[in-house]
Amino acid sequence: MRVVILGCGKLGSRLAQRFSEAGHHIVIMDRDREPLKQLGPSFKGETLAGTAFIEANIQRIFEEKVDIFIAVTDKDNVNIMFTQWIKNKFNVPRVIARVYDPILAGIYRELDLETVCPTNLALETIQSMLKGKE
Amino acid sequence: MYIIVVRGGHVGYHLTKLLLSQGHEVMLIEKDKNKVAAMVDELGDSILPGDGSTIEVLTEAGANRADVIVAVTGHDEDNLVICQVSKVMFLRPRTIARVNNPVNEDTFWSLGVDSAVNATRLINAIIQEQVTAHDMLIPLLTMRGGDAEIVQTSLSPASPVVNKQIKDFVLPQGTLIISIYRGDELLIPRGDTRLLEDDQVIVLVRKVHEEVLKQILIGPVTGKKVDQTPPQVSKK
Repeated sequence: MRVVILGCGKLGSRLAQRFSEAGHHIVIMDRDREPLKQLGPSFKGETLAGTAFIEANIQRIFEEKVDIFIAVTDKDNVNIMFTQWIKNKFNVPRVIARVYDPILAGIYRELDLETVCPTNLALETIQSMLKGKE
Repeated sequence: MYIIVVRGGHVGYHLTKLLLSQGHEVMLIEKDKNKVAAMVDELGDSILPGDGSTIEVLTEAGANRADVIVAVTGHDEDNLVICQVSKVMFLRPRTIARVNNPVNEDTFWSLGVDSAVNATRLINAIIQEQVTAHDMLIPLLTMRGGDAEIVQTSLSPASPVVNKQIKDFVLPQGTLIISIYRGDELLIPRGDTRLLEDDQVIVLVRKVHEEVLKQILIGPVTGKKVDQTPPQVSKK
């Protein structure tokens, strides 16, 4: 599979490494160069840094078939905008946005955008950890 | 009308004042406390402190009875989300978004924002109009959905259609000459209307056919080449 990831934070970098180790072709992009360094020398995928550079290369990246696009920057609205744009413009079959705000995540799920809400996940986990311990 | 404006930068502040002076009811939402303090004496009840990209604050501003919601922050992603969320959560207000980076304009149209305003492209179009009125199609209005435009061009002596009747040349499918300005006179074109030098021709055209239309109305472009790519605006 060919996977494109936007945002190389704690989650983005780990996603890139895992997919890469599993033999998938990875392109990971971040507006800064610094976070891409945490991928380490063993990372085999392609990296893109800087907003202007990403913009200039986006056409080339998506010319070849992309199976999944995942947006995990630290800004909900950036993830929401990019996933919708990529889905529409390049017909990527699967796009996933990380959205911290549970209300926003719910609204966009209704609008047929696949979202992952870490707040809801943590909420459920903590609830189940505490179950029966009161 | 009741209009909500999100963020009081230069655009939001002056827009609010303009709308108020026209007798509209306006609420400007601004999250920077210092900016609110600077504007509150002048705007009084028409300013609300808070983050206008959140549903809570939009609700507090009365988004449910708003006729129009205008998002003019400096961040395109915020403007898009404000407009999309407003369409879902509130009673379908009309939404207008400022587009800071011209690259994003098509996205906004295709993602359900009613109107996308891109100052960079507008200014660029005006500059081009001054520089090369004869050489290009000047975009006047992008139709909803973004796949068609109303454009204007002025016919130079070299234009292949000068002194021809409209029925004598073939336009791309779905292209329509809406009107012609000859000096101050407005002509509604018919098949036997003859085009003359210096006519201002206004045409509805699909974007995919713009190049063909250019060849027909303007002819092969000669002389100096003008860079028509819009200047890039850096994000932040």
